[in-house]
Amino acid sequence: MKITCNGETKEITPNTSLEYFIRKMELNPDTVVAECDGRIIKRDEYNTLVLQEGNVLELIRFVGGG
Amino acid sequence: MLKIADRTFRSRLFLGTGKFSSADTLKKAIQASGSEMITVALRRVDLNDPADDIMNVLDREKYLFLPNTSGARDAKEAVRLAKLARAAGSGNWLKLEVTPDPRTLLPDPIETLKATDELVKDGFIVLPYINADPILALRLQDAGAAAVMPLGAPIGTNLGLITKFQVEIIIEQARVPVVVDAGLGSPSDAALAMEIGADAVLVNTAISIAGDPVKMAAAFAMAVEAGRSAYEAGLGRKSSEASASSPLTGLDFIENV
Repeated sequence: MKITCNGETKEITPNTSLEYFIRKMELNPDTVVAECDGRIIKRDEYNTLVLQEGNVLELIRFVGGG
Repeated sequence: MLKIADRTFRSRLFLGTGKFSSADTLKKAIQASGSEMITVALRRVDLNDPADDIMNVLDREKYLFLPNTSGARDAKEAVRLAKLARAAGSGNWLKLEVTPDPRTLLPDPIETLKATDELVKDGFIVLPYINADPILALRLQDAGAAAVMPLGAPIGTNLGLITKFQVEIIIEQARVPVVVDAGLGSPSDAALAMEIGADAVLVNTAISIAGDPVKMAAAFAMAVEAGRSAYEAGLGRKSSEASASSPLTGLDFIENV
C-alpha cells in the first residue's frame, strides 16, 4: 500500500506503525513531529497509530533558525 | 536579572541558530555567547538526509528553546507551526513571526496581534517579533505577550539599530521586557540597544556569518554586558555646548608668560 510522506510516495506493508515507519526512514522518533492528514500526532501515539492507504504524512523537525 | 514570564536569565543575549557553517561552530558559538535561550525553526525533514538533526547538537536541558514560526505568512499558519513546535516537545515558549513579504520579511502587525491573542489563550508564552511600532507593542502587551521583540532593522541585514527612536518609545512605555531582535550587525549595535534600556537582544546573522563566529559570539556577549552596565550606571546628559573636563582655574602660570 502507498502513503505520501513529505510529498514523496512511499510503499509500506500493511500494519506499519508510525513509529516503525519513522525509524525505517532512519529518523529519531523523539526529535520528529508528525502530522497525519493534517492532525498532529502525539509522541505516545506513534507506536499505536497504524498507517492507512493514502495517508498524507508530514514529518517535521527543528532546524537552525533565528 | 532578566525575567520573562516565569523564567530568569543571567545572559541578556539570545542567540539564533540559523546559517552556521557547521554544527560544531554552532555549538561553540552558543557556548561563547553565554546565551541561555536559543531560537530554532521548524521545517519538513529531508528524507534524503535523515542524519542532519540539529537536536544531536543542542542540549534541551541546558538551553531554553524558543521555536519561531518563521515561514508563516498569516496567523493561521503561525498557529499551526506553534502547535507543531509544542508537539515536538519544545515547551510552550514561542517567538511569533508572521512575515508575508519575502522581500522585506517585515512582520504583519494585524496577523501578529491576531495570532498572539489566540496563542496566549492556548497557553503559549508568546514573544512576538514586530516592527518598531510603540502602539502595536502596547496592544500586544495587553493581549498577553510575555515580551515584545521590535526589530532594529530587517532580518539578516546587519544594518543596526535604525529604529532607535521608536524602540526608545517602546522601552519607555512597556510593562513587559523589550528584546531588540533582527538587524543588529555589530557588537556596538547591541551595546547601543542595551544602553537605551532594552532588556535583551536576539542576534543571529551577525554572529553566524562572521569570519570567526565563535569569537564574534563572545564579542556580542561583552557588548551586551557593557551596554547593560552603562544603562544601569545612567548615561551623562548630552549638550550642544562644550563643557571643559579639566579645571579652568590655575592657568595663571600660562597667562603670565
